[in-house]
Amino acid sequence: MEPLSWGSIIAQIFAQFTPVWIGMVTVFVLSIRFKRRLGLYGKLFDSTVGMIGFALVLFWVFTALFAGSIITHDPLGQLSGMKNKLPGTPVPDGVDVYAYYLLGGDNLARDVFSRMVSGSTIVMQIAPLATLFAFMVGITLGLPAAYYGGKLDMFLSFLANLILAFPVILLFYLLVTPEIVKTGLPKYMAGVLFLFPIVFMVVLLNARFFTQPAKRAAYLTATLVVGLWIYLGVAWNTDPLGIISVPPNILIVFVSVVFVNAPTVFRIVRGLGLDIKTRDYVAAAQTRGEGPWYTMLWEILPNARGPLIVDFCLRIGYTTILLGTLGFFGLGLAPESPDWGTTINDGRKLLSIYPHPALAPALALMSLVLGLNLLADGLREESLKD
Amino acid sequence: MAIFLLRRIGVMLLTAIALTFIVFVLTNLQPNLEKVAKFQGNVRMTDEEVTSWLGKNGYDRSMVARYGEWLGVVPGWTYTDDAGKVTGRCIDDDNADQAQTRCGVLQGEWGHSIVFKEDVRDIVFKRLGLTAKLMFWVMILMVPMALVLGVLAGMREGTRLDRSLSTISIATTATPEYVSGVILIAVFASSAVGLKWFKGTATSAMDDITFANFTLPVVTIALYGMGYIARMTRASMTEVMTTQYIRTARLKGVSFTNIVLKHALRNALIAPFTVIMLQIPWLLNGVVIVETLFNYKGFGWTLVQAAGNNDVELLLGCSVVAVIVVLVTQLISDVGYVFLNPRIRIS
Amino acid sequence: MTKWDYDGPILEIDKLSISFFTRLREIPAVMDFSVTVRPGEAMGLVGESGCGKSTVALGIMQDLGVNGRVVGGSIKFKGRDLSEMSPEELRDIRGSEIAMIYQEPMASLNPAMKIGQQLMEVPMIHEGISKSEAWKRALEVVTDVRLPDPKRMLNSYPHQLSGGQQQRIVIAMALMSKPSLLILDEPTTALDVTVEAAVVDLVKDLGKKYGTSMLFISHNLGLVLETCDRLCVMYSGEAVERGSIQDIFDEMQHPYTQALFRSIPLPTADKNSRPLVAIPGNFPLPHERPHGCNFGPRCDYFEAGRCDSGEIAMHPVAGNERHSTRCLKFHEIDWQAPLAKAIQVESGEIGRPILEIKDLKKYYEVSANALFGGSQKVVKANETISFTAHEGETLAIVGESGCGKSTFAKVLMGLETATEGSIRLDGQSIEQLPIEQRDTALVSSVQMVFQNPFDTLNPSMTVGRQIVRALEIFRIGNSEAERRARMLELLDLVKLPRAFADRMPRQLSGGQKQRVGIARAFAGGARIVVADEPVSALDVSVQAAVTDLLMEIQREEKTTLLFISHDLSIVRYLSDRVMVMYLGHVVELGSTDQVFSPPYHPYTEALLSAVPIADTSVQKKHIVLEGDIPSAMNPPPGCPFQTRCNWKSEVAGGLCEREVPPIRDFGDGHQVKCHLREDQLNTMDPVITFAAE
Repeated sequence: MEPLSWGSIIAQIFAQFTPVWIGMVTVFVLSIRFKRRLGLYGKLFDSTVGMIGFALVLFWVFTALFAGSIITHDPLGQLSGMKNKLPGTPVPDGVDVYAYYLLGGDNLARDVFSRMVSGSTIVMQIAPLATLFAFMVGITLGLPAAYYGGKLDMFLSFLANLILAFPVILLFYLLVTPEIVKTGLPKYMAGVLFLFPIVFMVVLLNARFFTQPAKRAAYLTATLVVGLWIYLGVAWNTDPLGIISVPPNILIVFVSVVFVNAPTVFRIVRGLGLDIKTRDYVAAAQTRGEGPWYTMLWEILPNARGPLIVDFCLRIGYTTILLGTLGFFGLGLAPESPDWGTTINDGRKLLSIYPHPALAPALALMSLVLGLNLLADGLREESLKD
Repeated sequence: MAIFLLRRIGVMLLTAIALTFIVFVLTNLQPNLEKVAKFQGNVRMTDEEVTSWLGKNGYDRSMVARYGEWLGVVPGWTYTDDAGKVTGRCIDDDNADQAQTRCGVLQGEWGHSIVFKEDVRDIVFKRLGLTAKLMFWVMILMVPMALVLGVLAGMREGTRLDRSLSTISIATTATPEYVSGVILIAVFASSAVGLKWFKGTATSAMDDITFANFTLPVVTIALYGMGYIARMTRASMTEVMTTQYIRTARLKGVSFTNIVLKHALRNALIAPFTVIMLQIPWLLNGVVIVETLFNYKGFGWTLVQAAGNNDVELLLGCSVVAVIVVLVTQLISDVGYVFLNPRIRIS
Repeated sequence: MTKWDYDGPILEIDKLSISFFTRLREIPAVMDFSVTVRPGEAMGLVGESGCGKSTVALGIMQDLGVNGRVVGGSIKFKGRDLSEMSPEELRDIRGSEIAMIYQEPMASLNPAMKIGQQLMEVPMIHEGISKSEAWKRALEVVTDVRLPDPKRMLNSYPHQLSGGQQQRIVIAMALMSKPSLLILDEPTTALDVTVEAAVVDLVKDLGKKYGTSMLFISHNLGLVLETCDRLCVMYSGEAVERGSIQDIFDEMQHPYTQALFRSIPLPTADKNSRPLVAIPGNFPLPHERPHGCNFGPRCDYFEAGRCDSGEIAMHPVAGNERHSTRCLKFHEIDWQAPLAKAIQVESGEIGRPILEIKDLKKYYEVSANALFGGSQKVVKANETISFTAHEGETLAIVGESGCGKSTFAKVLMGLETATEGSIRLDGQSIEQLPIEQRDTALVSSVQMVFQNPFDTLNPSMTVGRQIVRALEIFRIGNSEAERRARMLELLDLVKLPRAFADRMPRQLSGGQKQRVGIARAFAGGARIVVADEPVSALDVSVQAAVTDLLMEIQREEKTTLLFISHDLSIVRYLSDRVMVMYLGHVVELGSTDQVFSPPYHPYTEALLSAVPIADTSVQKKHIVLEGDIPSAMNPPPGCPFQTRCNWKSEVAGGLCEREVPPIRDFGDGHQVKCHLREDQLNTMDPVITFAAE
């Protein structure tokens, strides 16, 4: 068989992504039709920049979701004779698979296209969730620091600055090495960090419903049961039902990314909190005898949501970059993992001769982060308008 | 002002001690030490042998004591073996009598690299020099470009110029070094595209910097940092341009050029200044990535080698330097902020 | 560029229309607006917020931003149409021919540039004079605006000056090139009353000295009366009445002007016998203006089919020169008719004492310099405050910034604890009880209404939810349904439609938000309500309605109202007793009549004189205080008021500088903290007198 021309490569790839196109068109048509009723999300569709960003992000979200039906080959499978082959090369006869390596083969004769697509699943699993955890930690610590000020603020700010003063890569090298894993340190860190979301939810609900004991009991029990179940499974790998478990190396990556992001979120939340706590409605809450946590979580936090949402988008992008960095240095994730950082690292050795294995994941990562940045920019601009 | 400086430096020292202690603990955990023992001694050592080797080499003491030794505030360990031979942290060969009692970082004894077989201090400073060269050119390229980009975009918010410049800066912040580096090499240095304007490695730049071997690494680092600074500058500039004192100036009849140069610029640059300084720890990341990617054996490359090979003393040395660089830039940024801002300076 | 001579009017605005363009629609901000300013004339532009008065000013400066555009009419300056000028010509005129002064002095000075540089720039750009000449000119002008030590002033940065000084610098900057027209946009709103009086005085004098015409924009009719020759009243983008001060104040010809005067607390008003009349309804949003007369829906004289049938033009008023009104019925209305609708109410009964405060002190320790640390300093926010408040009584606490009134409120609410002294509520000591330790009954019985309506409600919670939350926390009602019913009742109480329960605060106007704030404060049956300047941020016409509402609820609930304010007009109108504070000290305390008539504390006297009163028949003693209010961080020794007191020379031996004066009791609970002898105090004349009618 003849190798494919660039035109037909693009056409084939386009066809492979069919489920993604359908998903994107559906979301866009629905969103634009109802944009006036969708609040800030709807306003996003008034800004070109925001729409482009949203489209890029949505593309990768759907790609991650439908990765199973988009990939053409097993991302880990090697086909002899396909080593470092150029894009569009047909696979050898007699193999009962998709007929071409659409984006060529890498130095271990794996399909670059399929690896790039499955890489998106890994990123999409870790990045948003890790960012969310970092936000929970940052908020749970940042609000009291701003609200109480004084010694507590000084101590927490010192801790945050301490972590921020570490060059990120050094921190990764210190945290994500087999020796550290052996001591169990990341596990304990996970144990502490993953407690924050539960604490956060419990405090949030308790502050709101403590005047109605029946409701409070119901909500808190539900939160604690579900929260602790997930917590045991995720942090300690001891889910009594045996449903939830996280591979240890993914857990370490997850923990270190949360750990690196949390101090920055802390600083942002603290800054916003300091500003909002001077408002009269906060004083009104205090003068009617509200507890500090109600004031923080129900009076201050909701009014900081605008800047926090914008930063959340930016931070998912930054987390994606961090994940890539980890992969690039071969830290944490398995060496054959198809995630983008690891793939770039694999491809860079032969970069001057065969750039395609590294280029595909590099462009993928860039487009996702760019999308998130544009989305954040669009959101910021629209939230400032009227 | 003096009190402010003193307090700031005090906090900085405290941070430095806390950070180095953390690094010390993390690099001196039991599994690391066992690995060191097996590396130095014999790979097939039994557990007892490892324990005794560690005892002979002063590793069996408490973490705090060893940190004190390493820092140079606690006397170094000594060990007298059955033959009466005295070995110790500060004892080089056999002249146990003339050795100092304390030998740590403060005394200039940074230890010995087990991978490079060299004194850690020499390695660190030699590599740091190479990295300084890289950083110098990065700064020269990045800072002016970022500021110009930011100011031009921010002075007239919402215009086409603003939109296109902002998109450029967003695009560069979305491209981490390991992505832009790969793309730049693929386009400008690979045989596949065939432009071959620059070299894909910077190894030769360690001795002799040329346009061909140094452009790509410098551009790679500069691009990523530039977008961020440019965005900060733009945000600061647009904010200043909507303030009332700019309107006052406009309604005084000041021309647009003078409004930007005389009235807006100074106020708009206060915020980016701190950002630039705080960018340096970030650039350190870029340096590590780029030096690895382009095989430029500077400080970042050394850090990776030390960490990858469990070279404890070297890793500690590198960490100390990295942490100090970060803290000093933070100090400069604080002091500079105060200096630039008359509202704080004169009060 | 040379200034050209022209002997016609300085400014002629003819049928000006300005619109702002948003994504959705065109929003007309100013419609069919005409005004003429002659040389040396001071023209006032009065209206509530959103009426378009500031847009007119920016239109004259041709600085409407990206979205604003002049869509009709012309603005002629000395005979030349400003909209036809090139950007270069405009730049020449700005600063040299037309200068502008804004509301926020701190914001309009460049923080990174020395004062001198900012001043010198003006003549250097426009007249091309040398640096040394510009310096000389700057010195001259700074001396003219009566600033002490002009040389040091020129070498300082804006943040080193106080608010009053900054505003004087802004005025100096405007006068640097001796402009023909000066536009002042609410120039004193951000300043304290006594400082405002001095600045207004200065502006008046300088206008005369430099022969400058002025366009004075303000929401305060009293201020306009003191500064201007002529007046233009605006409502919802239109000029509704135009004429000389005398014509408009005494022979108004537009229902809105009339309603405005009836809603402001003039000295003749009284909460029981002649209450204020609020203008019903709300200010229309720019895109929801009614057909025909904009004021129609709120007007007492509205006639359907006539007032709402089409555009209404300005009609000249016969007999008065240059007096015109935008009303179809001005001939038919009997402008002299007495106020018929005024409902007289029984004054509320003042009951037993509820709150007793004795020798209350609140000191703060702060570091002298926030950034660089340094020595600890004690700020004496409250010094020996003693008073008793009774059930159903309104006690006004009056004072300017830094007088300690807000600190006192915080201590009372339990947000801070007292340093010394006692607060007894029904005999229970609460001065050391922070809010966390107060029980629900105590917390709900002492509540507060806040100043800023835009800040008083949580922007991300519905109005109903916020009131229900207050009910929840006060343990009122046993179920969600009960609390909801109670919340709806509270909305009725503050005269808001029940549908508002499900609205977000941003959908409410300032006055409506303030009503919700009042409902929230009374949710738990409060017995003492601290109202911290509850109406000062509202428009005049809304102020009256909110004040009356507060009074009405107070009468019904027999609440003790502690009314904190700097506005003596409103204090005189509604309070039973008045407490005047200065730098943490209570300088005078007594019933409203006692405080508003001699003998006064010298500070009360100055304060009374400083408050502008929008009544041509009122004559005031002219007292201008020197300098600014000292910082509470650094109070003067002896009497707190001695640095600015006009009577200080009457006390022998420098006693004022050494000792804090004793409290002197004049009987009936009238107390004055002053060193002046009783006979000296008795020589004081009343500050406000009415001209013989």
